[in-house]
Amino acid sequence: MLKPNLSEEMTSGLDLQRGNRRNFLKFSGVAIASTGILLSGCQEVLDILPKPGKKPSKQAVPLGKGDIGILNYAYTLEQLEAAFYLMVVANPYSGMSQTEKVLMEDLKNHEVVHRDFLKAALGKDAIIDLSFDFSSVDFSSRASVLATAKTFEDLGVAAYNGSGQLFVSADLLLIAGKIVSVEARHAAAIRSIFDSDPTSFAGSDVIDSNGLDRAFTPDMVLEAAAPFIKNKIIANQLPTS
Amino acid sequence: MKIFEVLNKYDIKPEELDSFTTRREAFKKLTNFGKSIAFATIPAGVLAASTQSASAAHIPTVLDVLNFALTLEYLEGEYYTKGINTPGLIPAGKDMAIFKTIEKHEVDHVAFLTKVIKSYGGTPVAKPTFDFTAGGMFNPFNNYEEFLILAQAFEDTGVRAYKGQAGKLIDENSVLTAALQIHSVEARHASEVRRLRGLKGWITQANIGAGVPAAAQAVYIREDNLIQGGVDVTTVTPIGPDGITEAFDEPLTKEEVLTIAGLFIA
Repeated sequence: MLKPNLSEEMTSGLDLQRGNRRNFLKFSGVAIASTGILLSGCQEVLDILPKPGKKPSKQAVPLGKGDIGILNYAYTLEQLEAAFYLMVVANPYSGMSQTEKVLMEDLKNHEVVHRDFLKAALGKDAIIDLSFDFSSVDFSSRASVLATAKTFEDLGVAAYNGSGQLFVSADLLLIAGKIVSVEARHAAAIRSIFDSDPTSFAGSDVIDSNGLDRAFTPDMVLEAAAPFIKNKIIANQLPTS
Repeated sequence: MKIFEVLNKYDIKPEELDSFTTRREAFKKLTNFGKSIAFATIPAGVLAASTQSASAAHIPTVLDVLNFALTLEYLEGEYYTKGINTPGLIPAGKDMAIFKTIEKHEVDHVAFLTKVIKSYGGTPVAKPTFDFTAGGMFNPFNNYEEFLILAQAFEDTGVRAYKGQAGKLIDENSVLTAALQIHSVEARHASEVRRLRGLKGWITQANIGAGVPAAAQAVYIREDNLIQGGVDVTTVTPIGPDGITEAFDEPLTKEEVLTIAGLFIA
């Protein structure tokens, strides 16, 4: 297979984003700090993130290898998003407008569909139902919920964008493509209702000067998602190219 | 680029990252570094390297897809450039800010795809001459509602077009990833334009959306698909058909897209 050779910024960006703690700090700086409630530095960034040092207490979960591993990776993220929006819909934040109720219900429905579909598609290869930790989210607070939603949606977009090239099967690549554009529609909608900047739906914090959205490696994404997932996700068999 | 080179570049010592005050500084530096990566242009050395791969068997297909994408980006770019420069068309404030952002992305996509095509030894197609009235059917630059309707159709078509081509890029990872990175930007645009029109940001069933002429039905065919990868999704989830169809965007073939786009090529 030919090595990627089109855009050093892209490939170096991916290398940069391969998971480790310092990369995660970079991600936090870019994505978390842009959530709109974080206006003055890092204390807020640290506040929104679950405290480090929390040990996973649940069963470790290997994603597997090859295309199945990538699908289980997607299934991990869809489980996370579905669980989050189920909580949001069950515990509406104070002042949730009718429009926002409809929006949250839609997002919940879509993520549940993604979750249920991936589970069915994976069949016996599907990972278990994961356990989540949303203790860092104040579900009564609009700002906390929407900041988290924005982070999850943008992360989902970057995750699917970065993992498309890992698929061997063009059919599975297409299915991932069918899902990622819906995640991008979500991201734009959440940004649009949450951020005061009217250009945030495709803001310069996520779209570069070539007009490209972000693409993250699985390691990067899973590190960012780890504080919300009680299980330890083992991704070391995932393809890397 | 490895992380330690990044740290060196900004004089960040790894151990410093452990103390909060310097972590704060590190956030700032790393964030800025992310920006400088994002805003870099494609280095000449990389372009030379790609030319060597231009003989590989799949490259003509890749170039074909890239030129197809470029054609669509020309169309979108010119449409929005005309729109934002037509006095009195787009309301000042929020709407103008949105369309200036979308316009910038489409123009950026044109420039990016042009560079990539050249880097693979290909020849970028010339920009067609566009007729955004489609022979007198539309009047987008005199009527903001029509401008929005066509914008919605172009963005939803763009999403479907890139999706339909992704499989053809599967042997050229870097191009595939870049195409996906454009694809999600088009989806963000589509969501925003639809919401500006008072619609949902996603496509329910194969609905064309209130106010959109029936002629635009071609943009939404098969969006009511309920079978994904051989799975009848209605049988595996409690969510109803509306939610299922909203949760998946469907591809269009190149021919279908060119039929839609062809309406606007003079």
